[in-house]
Amino acid sequence: MISKTVTSVQKALEGVTDGMTFMLGGFGLCGIPENAIGELVQLGVKDITCISNNAGVDDFGLGLLLQNRQIKKMISSYVGENDEFERQMLSGELEVELTPQGTLAEKCRAAQGGFPAFYTPAGYGTEVAEGKETREFNGKMYVLEEAFKADFAFVKAWKGDEAGNLIFKGTSRNFNPNMCGAARITVAEVEELLPVGSLDPNQIHVPGIFVQRIFQGKHYEKRIEQRTVRQKA
Amino acid sequence: MLDKNGIAKRIAQEVKDGYYVNLGIGIPTLVANFVRDDIEVEFQSENGVLGMGPFPFEGEEDADIINAGKQTITTLPGASFFDSATSFSMIRGQHVDLTILGAMEVAENGDIANWKIPGKMVKGMGGAMDLVASAENIIVAMMHTNKAGQSKLLKQCSLPLTGVRCVKKIVTNLAVLEITNEGFLLLERAPGVTVAEIEAATAGNLIIPGDIPEMQI
Repeated sequence: MISKTVTSVQKALEGVTDGMTFMLGGFGLCGIPENAIGELVQLGVKDITCISNNAGVDDFGLGLLLQNRQIKKMISSYVGENDEFERQMLSGELEVELTPQGTLAEKCRAAQGGFPAFYTPAGYGTEVAEGKETREFNGKMYVLEEAFKADFAFVKAWKGDEAGNLIFKGTSRNFNPNMCGAARITVAEVEELLPVGSLDPNQIHVPGIFVQRIFQGKHYEKRIEQRTVRQKA
Repeated sequence: MLDKNGIAKRIAQEVKDGYYVNLGIGIPTLVANFVRDDIEVEFQSENGVLGMGPFPFEGEEDADIINAGKQTITTLPGASFFDSATSFSMIRGQHVDLTILGAMEVAENGDIANWKIPGKMVKGMGGAMDLVASAENIIVAMMHTNKAGQSKLLKQCSLPLTGVRCVKKIVTNLAVLEITNEGFLLLERAPGVTVAEIEAATAGNLIIPGDIPEMQI
């Protein structure tokens, strides 16, 4: 067994510096790497580029890094729930590359799988396709999109083992598996870190080969953005 | 004239037995409430779930189980969770039968704009560009006019596009329309709405093929 375990979030983020590009898993606040984000705030690294579907909310998730003005550029698909994000973007303080959600996911998966680029129909004929190569296949137009290049991927899983194998829960899976192995170094934080042999190999979502560092996360808040319920009859 | 629930109720009639359906945020989300219960339908949410159920009972919310609108949800028997790339393989690969989404503007050739008002509002396209570029069957759910009373059914979209020539059908508070090569073909009137009112609220080319029936809802 090749151990990927590190003992703290500080050790997990060793080598993180100003100007780097990070991938961060999560959809809204669901499945975000809370511990890694907290440590990035502590480290105070500046001029970073973040690849993440959303940008948190004003006072949680990536919103914390935005408030600290640590982010130079965001690559996201949807930023609707974050007023500070929208303000910084409209004022020009923050560079934003809005990317269709499926394209965002595929740019991660392409990086993970060794594809330099791929054709997608998403965004053809819109400003997303401006300046990009387009091509017709079987009578339909497609846009060439390139794989992401990133220094670190920060992902969050439900359970993991010391070999870096990961299992996710519910919709907190989202972009996390696609980002594993898509950056130079993948850092996984888990709610439950187990010894090897504890997880059934049939149930692994991400094999440990895609993960360089894994650590036991702490104090998960798992904030709910829209608490919707129904009444018992 | 219909309210938002009325629009959702009319669109629910387009949902057929055996369909996998993707519902956008807003009015489309309401469609799930009105689908006949004698047919089998599975709702896909692009954040990674197929087989969405109703909202959880109070106290049973799970932060790890949400829909694309970030609302807490439940799953039905037979449901599955998956990653974002797989989710968009379902969408891009045309495995989803019906896509229902909102819009700020629709043009008479089927162009749609729903993600950005330059200088004012930028929420992002989320999964909308992937959905409209691939889906075979797209229904737009929206009000016929905007808050300023201007038509949202135009000759040409004025806002940045989400996709080109992709919308097939539109259900508004006033009418059901189909996109054809000649423009918006009027199919049905909302209860109590006249053809003249629909004409006045439609800026793009409106085709009126004789007597227009009232919606049955």
